[in-house]
Amino acid sequence: MTIAPVADDALTGTTTLRLRLRRSERRRRLRAYALMAPLVLFLVAFFAVPIGSVLYFSVANPEVVTMLPRVTAALRDWDGETIPDEAVFAALIEDARVGYADRTLPKVSLRLNYEVSGFRSLLMRTGRKAKRMKPPYKEAALARDERWGELIYWRTLKGNGAPVTAHYLLQAVDLDLQWDGSVQRARPEQRIYIQNLLRTLWIAFVVTLACFLLGYPVAYMIANAPPRLAKVLILMVLLPFWTSLLVRTAAWVIVLQKAGIVNDALIGLGLVEEPLALIFNRTGVYISMTHILLPFMILPLYSVMKGIPPEHMRAAASLGAAPARAFLRVYFPQTLPGLAAGCLLVYVIALGFYITPALIGGGSDQMLAYLIAEFATNTANWGLAGALAIVLLACIAVLYPLYHRFAGAGGMKLG
Amino acid sequence: MALPPHASTGQRIWHRCFQAICALVFVFLLLPIVVVIPISVSSSSLLNYPLPGVSLKWFEVIFQPYPWMLALQNSVVIACATTVLATVLGTLAAYGLTSIEFRFKPLVMALLISPMMVPLVITALAAYFLFARMGLAGTFTGMILAHTVLAVPFVVITVTATLQGFDRNMVRAAQSLGAPPLRAFFKVTLPLIMPGVISGAIFAFVTSFDEVVVALFIASPAQFTLPRQLFSGLRDNLDPSIVAIATLLIVISVSLMAVVELLRWRSEKLARTEA
Repeated sequence: MTIAPVADDALTGTTTLRLRLRRSERRRRLRAYALMAPLVLFLVAFFAVPIGSVLYFSVANPEVVTMLPRVTAALRDWDGETIPDEAVFAALIEDARVGYADRTLPKVSLRLNYEVSGFRSLLMRTGRKAKRMKPPYKEAALARDERWGELIYWRTLKGNGAPVTAHYLLQAVDLDLQWDGSVQRARPEQRIYIQNLLRTLWIAFVVTLACFLLGYPVAYMIANAPPRLAKVLILMVLLPFWTSLLVRTAAWVIVLQKAGIVNDALIGLGLVEEPLALIFNRTGVYISMTHILLPFMILPLYSVMKGIPPEHMRAAASLGAAPARAFLRVYFPQTLPGLAAGCLLVYVIALGFYITPALIGGGSDQMLAYLIAEFATNTANWGLAGALAIVLLACIAVLYPLYHRFAGAGGMKLG
Repeated sequence: MALPPHASTGQRIWHRCFQAICALVFVFLLLPIVVVIPISVSSSSLLNYPLPGVSLKWFEVIFQPYPWMLALQNSVVIACATTVLATVLGTLAAYGLTSIEFRFKPLVMALLISPMMVPLVITALAAYFLFARMGLAGTFTGMILAHTVLAVPFVVITVTATLQGFDRNMVRAAQSLGAPPLRAFFKVTLPLIMPGVISGAIFAFVTSFDEVVVALFIASPAQFTLPRQLFSGLRDNLDPSIVAIATLLIVISVSLMAVVELLRWRSEKLARTEA
């Protein structure tokens, strides 16, 4: 028996078929990439790059180097222990004159004022007079403003002589970068950032705990209710979830105010004599944040609890376990993934809260996000705003992988 | 959840306590929303009970052109533009993402949903830095672009979830019958995934419609949206016109929630009949 030779055309036939298959496969892949491309490019341009620029602003320090270039260069070899000599003063006067003429001086003055208050007025006054000053500049400048005889101004100038600085990042954790590159703790009255960070972590923790205590029984009840009732109860959880955050915050202002219904009810029941202060303090922040975040706890818990067969508890009971024991040993451990996902979700969202504490809290209840907004929009200190944003981002970056593990990508149930 | 007939007295008491606790939590969840609505028709300018009388005057205040109707108009314009942009970009990307496997897929997915993970204040700060330099701060374009960034993950997630239950053989069948890819998409795929696309679009709309942090950073008074105006109102003076606006917003969100729930209920029913 001989093997029939494969016909030539049959061979080429399979080859072209394979080729065509490969080509159409390639076309399919290209089409898929082309469909993804617009959104990917959009998010890179309007999200990833801007987030990157936040990182950049937190270390960027271009003002002194570019706007006072001569004095920066002249100070490079200065030892920082004595008042600089005539050459440095000449460079300073020249820089101030040029900066005053092309209007860059106010910007760099403001920048230096962040570090030493009073620097702005000193530099601006020197800029105004620079044109009429004559050598020797050292005497002329000191005659106009004797503050040029103080080391702190010169050291601050020298300390900002590089285009990149760790100043803001260190400031965001209550450290102070010295002019000579050493790092110290910030002065006591400036140590506010660690305290604010701890407060943010603490508020988020209390709110998460409250959401757990209130959310767990409710999720359990919904998961074990008859289907029709469960549907109604879920809608009751979703209703506040869908209501605008600002509307809920406004509602809490009305409910918790001195003459609000909570105080009316407490007085009516004779529980208190005077209306309680429930708003513009920490209590109000805890209450309203818990209310806003409670659905984020209930929904993941509910979806896990729904998957736990009721037979497990019955089996435990039939084996002689008391209800509390059966719950703790059999039921509770099975809800841990949902609990972890819910807690992490609530905690992470709570860390970034801004609007609710800003409207319901007092001055000592503001969180990290509030400081970021303050520095960005009110005092225009972009560097510090960026550095604080990085601190917040770092806290969340630590927690997200954990959440991802418990809930999976996109594990948040929407609605 | 029913108690077995053989439950002991202790268990019965505990069961009642448990139900009472849950009832209180539900009161807590709904109380602020329920309390606000009647105050919006109060004839007094005080925000408390009992209401001295009923009047619609606060709704007359909010239906004046300035500031509330201007804010409503701004909100609707920005939210609609955001919805269109986010839904188109998100649906296309979700379709592309689910149709092939590749090595960097988890990375791309992470990028697409990352705006949802980063705190709003940081996204707003980033947009503020970028738009201040591009001249887009204080413009409608800036607001729409920033809101689209925030809204896109919701579209990607809902449409991806819908596409995972979508049978791609439908597209193959259409193509084998001679439909070009575009026609197959619009005639077969899109109608079938429509509930997911609409849910995603509603999430996108709500994201933009309720958003205030980005507005605080980049909107100038000409672009003040309803939430932004509400924020100013809450800061300055709290009068019942704010409560009337809140009531209006509650009605809008309840209606949108009803649409999403109906769509979900319908698709669950369809899934059941198929199985």
